[in-house]
Amino acid sequence: MALPDILFYVFSTLMLLSGLMVLLSRNPVTSALFLVMSFIFLAGLYVLLEAYFVAAIQILVYAGAVMVLFIFIIMLLDIKASVKSSFTYLTAAAGGLMASLLGFALWQTLKRTSNTSLPSPHFSGDLKSVMRLLFTDYMLPFELIALLVLAAMIGVILLSQKESQDNKNSSQAAP
Amino acid sequence: MITLHHYLLVSGVLFALGITGLVIRRNALVVFMALEMNLNAANLALLAFSRYKGFMDGQVLVFFVIAIAAAEVAVGLAILVALFRRYKTVSIDDLNSLKL
Repeated sequence: MALPDILFYVFSTLMLLSGLMVLLSRNPVTSALFLVMSFIFLAGLYVLLEAYFVAAIQILVYAGAVMVLFIFIIMLLDIKASVKSSFTYLTAAAGGLMASLLGFALWQTLKRTSNTSLPSPHFSGDLKSVMRLLFTDYMLPFELIALLVLAAMIGVILLSQKESQDNKNSSQAAP
Repeated sequence: MITLHHYLLVSGVLFALGITGLVIRRNALVVFMALEMNLNAANLALLAFSRYKGFMDGQVLVFFVIAIAAAEVAVGLAILVALFRRYKTVSIDDLNSLKL
């Protein structure tokens, strides 16, 4: 077995195990840290797929920025670990139904895609070829993403403003 | 030899984990984390198809997905902070005003 094959099994096993621990741990901080581990192993899988730029972005944006945001919010809100889980048979039935539907969809997908074992030779996932595609064919979506991020930033600032008192109508009318 | 189906299977299992987290967890923050796992499963499938079919377009799409996910997390967590300020809880069992 070649080294990339071994690395695939190691990375995917560790990634799925830490993903499982995100769901199983009671404390949200533990969940967040396991999610960081899962993202880092996923970046390893991206490197195996020769998507070096996306792997770097995965580490920087997901394991860096997004998870720091999660940890900060957990710290700000001071959330206790959940003591009990309100797990009913209805949720179990809904989960089972959804899992079977998903499994069916996955089985159909695997059946219909041709199982190409050899990766195509004319492929380089380096920064240059990704950026050439991004700034030619995907120029308009790229600009729209910039607008979306701006809109999200304004929305976050508006949402996280200190709310004025509800009983003071005069202060709400004033700008 | 690792084939395309290996990657698709891992992606499917990760997506199933994310959906399970969305259903069984009551803490809204952990629900958001499970949502991130779903997006990552989609990213993994996109990259696997991009690698094995020889298109570069998948990597650009993953770039867009990551950008949108970052924006979505920022807005979602701001909504959570606003909710926590008003109701002093982030458990989605207690946020049931819309329930009949």
